[in-house]
Formats: sequence, structure tokens, C-alpha cells
Amino acid sequence: MARKFDAGYYFSEGFHSIFTHGFMSFAAVCMIVACLLIMGSFTLLAVNLDNMLGDMEQENELAVYIDDSYTEESARALEPALLQVPNVTEATFMTRTEALEKFRQDRGNVDILEDLPDDVFRDRYYVHIADIEQMAQTKANLEQVEGVGDVVAAVEIAEGFVLVRNVATGVALVLIGILLVVSLFIIANTIKLATFYRRDEIAIMKMCGATDGFIRWPFVVEGLVLGLTGSLVAFFLQWGLYQMVGSVIIQGNGLSLVTMIPYTAMVSTILPVFCAVGAVIGVGGSLVAIRKFLQV
Amino acid sequence: MVRLIDVYKEYDNGTKALKGVDLRIDDGEFVFLVGPSGSGKSTIIKLITAEIALTEGRLMVNGYNLNNISPRQVPYMRRTLGIIFQDFRLIEKKTVYENLSFAMRAVGASSREVKRRIPYVLKLVGLDQKEDRYPAQLSGGEQQRVAIARALVNNPSMIIADEPTGNLDPQRSLEIMILLEKINELGTTVLVVTHEKNLVNRFDKRVVAIENGRIISDGTGGYYNGEKI
Repeated sequence: MARKFDAGYYFSEGFHSIFTHGFMSFAAVCMIVACLLIMGSFTLLAVNLDNMLGDMEQENELAVYIDDSYTEESARALEPALLQVPNVTEATFMTRTEALEKFRQDRGNVDILEDLPDDVFRDRYYVHIADIEQMAQTKANLEQVEGVGDVVAAVEIAEGFVLVRNVATGVALVLIGILLVVSLFIIANTIKLATFYRRDEIAIMKMCGATDGFIRWPFVVEGLVLGLTGSLVAFFLQWGLYQMVGSVIIQGNGLSLVTMIPYTAMVSTILPVFCAVGAVIGVGGSLVAIRKFLQV
Repeated sequence: MVRLIDVYKEYDNGTKALKGVDLRIDDGEFVFLVGPSGSGKSTIIKLITAEIALTEGRLMVNGYNLNNISPRQVPYMRRTLGIIFQDFRLIEKKTVYENLSFAMRAVGASSREVKRRIPYVLKLVGLDQKEDRYPAQLSGGEQQRVAIARALVNNPSMIIADEPTGNLDPQRSLEIMILLEKINELGTTVLVVTHEKNLVNRFDKRVVAIENGRIISDGTGGYYNGEKI
């Protein structure tokens, strides 16, 4: 009589019990939505913060001044040597004449700078680096390149950026970790409450000779469906919330200091992550919740 | 077949529920297990159904040695038993038919087997016209018949009825007992736990009396009758 695995029955029972115990299913979905929204909001905050810091990193460049004795041609010839320095990603050459012109423009072309000769400036490279944390080491390496007269880098500012990003990422990770544990606890208790109402059903099944696996599967299906439903609801609510917060920030952001990644650009990441987290807390919560009732 | 050999059971709180019980119930027998509250009747049922483990002694149930049964084997051992409770334990949100099919699906029966078996069992217990009713729409006696049908539906070799008439009036109690007798005549072993003296005395069956965790009498025909057998 016994058959090994009856997927049709498990799915049918799992779906059926979602509607039979409608209120508890609704409560479980609401809890999953709330937990995902809170976790999602913190994650998006961390991601945007990291992105903004990344932008600022990009603007944080090193100025490599070439020795005065080098002609423009020999200065240009140094580019391959600079690019070979570890951590250097880009080196943009600027002649002393261009540097003077830029100097004048930056100061509003005031008359006093009209007679300034260009030999007070040096040919230079503006160098971008891959890892801002290695700026001090890269600066030292650049200074070793023959023909380089001086290297100016805002090492302290770079270290400040790194510190802020590391602290922000750490805080976000800790918060997300705590929220994940809290979410699992809440979901497990919500499903435990739902399961409590069905302890008689479980006890009857056990007395009839049902295996633990047979009893567990419909709950797994139920948890999975509730988790995925909660994920989808949370995904769209998060979208709306993000757009709303984004519009408020843009309106109050006169200096354009704050930039936000468009939600649509993150959909391919957010949706699978939400679904995965929803499925894990739905199924995990179900398994934790029925464990106690299986001990008959 | 059930065999208890010098069985002792002591609960975690120190209560000694059974003190050296020897009991043998052969296939096809009808046995009343009687005794006052706290005498150890329920403990014997819980041991037989593997809800609890014994402290000392030996216990065999339908070919399974419960002294060293693995948790994985317990469901298969329970499939050889049909259990009936005083409070019926039906699922209120399921119809009579669904309560029975639930029990059959729980042991892996196919829908074809369910459709073939349930009408037969419902007819046996006299509920063939009420398969679409919910438990709340049935009388106490009818609900207990559903519980008996559920116990029978997986064709167990033994039925264990724990105070099956405790919630019923005398007439319904007698009907249930007659139904259990009929099931026994069809070849199923029946163990009825009860303390209803008058009901037991109406049947000429084996009566095992237990008191303070010890079997004090074991014989056929009558429950105490004013004196111990």
C-alpha cells in the first residue's frame, strides 16, 4: 500500500491548508513581508552608501609630477612605466601648458594670472587606482619610478573613506544578520502558532502510522508557498517604498551629494534574493515549528 | 499478537505506573482491560502504541520488538494497529469521507485504494449514507463510529479502543461495543480499555483487571462481579 513520494498529494495538501487556515497564513505572509521589507531597506541603504563611497573613491586621484628635466615627449613616454605599478588602473597625462590653463580657469581667469609663465608648472599624470586602501603603498611605488619628481595623494582622506565604508558595511551586515535571526524566530513562532491549531491532525497522522517525512512535506510546501508569496509582496512594496524615498531625497538634494541606484537596475538581484530568503524562512520556519509536534 | 513480559514503567516524576506486568493477547482475541483511574491501563496502551518506552521488561507488538525498535520503524508498527479514543479525535474541518481518506493517505494509499476501501468500511460501521457530513453534524455515537471506521480503514490486525464509550449514553455505548464485537468476529484482534462495569458484564469476553500497576485478575466472563476473579 505504501508509496515512497506522492508529490501531488503533498502539494494539494499544502495548498489546501493555506486556505483552510486562512488567517494564520495571512499572518505568516505579513510577518515575512515585514521582515523582508526591514532587511531589504537596510540592505539597499548599505548598497547605496557603498555605491556613493565608490563614486567618491573614483574621484580620489593621485597627481604624479614629472621631473623638470624631462621634456614633454620623454614625460609622455613614462605612461607605460606608471601603468605597470601595481594598483594603477588609469594614468591621464597633462602638459604643463594644460595645467596652467586649468589653473587659470579654476580661478576665474583673473588678470593677475595673465603673465604667469607655464614653466612654473610641471608635466603631470593624474592616476586612478583600483584599491583605495593601498593608496599609501601605491604612492610610494610611484615615487620609485624614474622620472617622477613628486607624487601628491590625499592619503588621509582616502583612509577616511575606507574607514567610513568599512564601518557602514559592518554595521549593515550586523543589522541584517540580527534581523535575519529575528525574522526566523518570528516566522517560526507564527508558523508554530498555526501548527499548534493542527497538532491534533499531526497526532492523528502519527497514530495512523504516517512517517515524519509524510507529515512534514505538506508543511514544507505550505511554508515555501507562504515564503514566496511574502517575497513577491515585499518585492513590490520595497519597489514603491524605494521610489518614494528616492523622490523625497532628490527633491531635498539641492547639492546632488546623494545619488541612488535605480531600483530597476537591481531587480535581477533583489528578486532572487527576496525569493531565496522568503523560501528559506518559510520552509525553515515550518520545519522548526512542526519538529515539536512530531515527537509523539 | 501482543506480549508484555515482566514490564515495569516508571515516569520521569518517579511515578511507578507498571510493576511487573505479564500479558499476552493472541491474534483474534477480544479483551477488556479494566481498572480504576491511575491503575496503569493508559500506560499499557501508550507502551503498545510506542508513545512511551518501557523502563524494564520485554514488549512485542505484532512482530515488532518494542525494546529496540528504531524511530523509523515505529510508523510501520503503528500501521498494524487501529486506535480509537474516548474523545473521537476527528478533524472537524474534514467530512466523514475526508477523515477516513486522510488516515489512508497518511500511510501512502493511492486515491484508487481510498475510493475502493472507504465505502466498504463506512457500510461496515453503518454510516454509508453520511460520508459527506462533518463531525459536528453527527451524534456522539456516530462520531465514534467514524473513529472506528478510521481505525479500521487501513486494515490493522489489532484495534485498541481507549475508553471508547466514555462520552456516550448506555444505548450508544452498547451499540459501539456490539460493533467492536462484530469487527472481532471478522478476524481483527480487539483490546478495549474501559471502567464501565455494566457494559463489560454484558459480554462474555476475556477481562484483564489491573490495579496499582499490577494485573490482579485475568479471566473470561464478568468484570469483578462483586469480587475479584
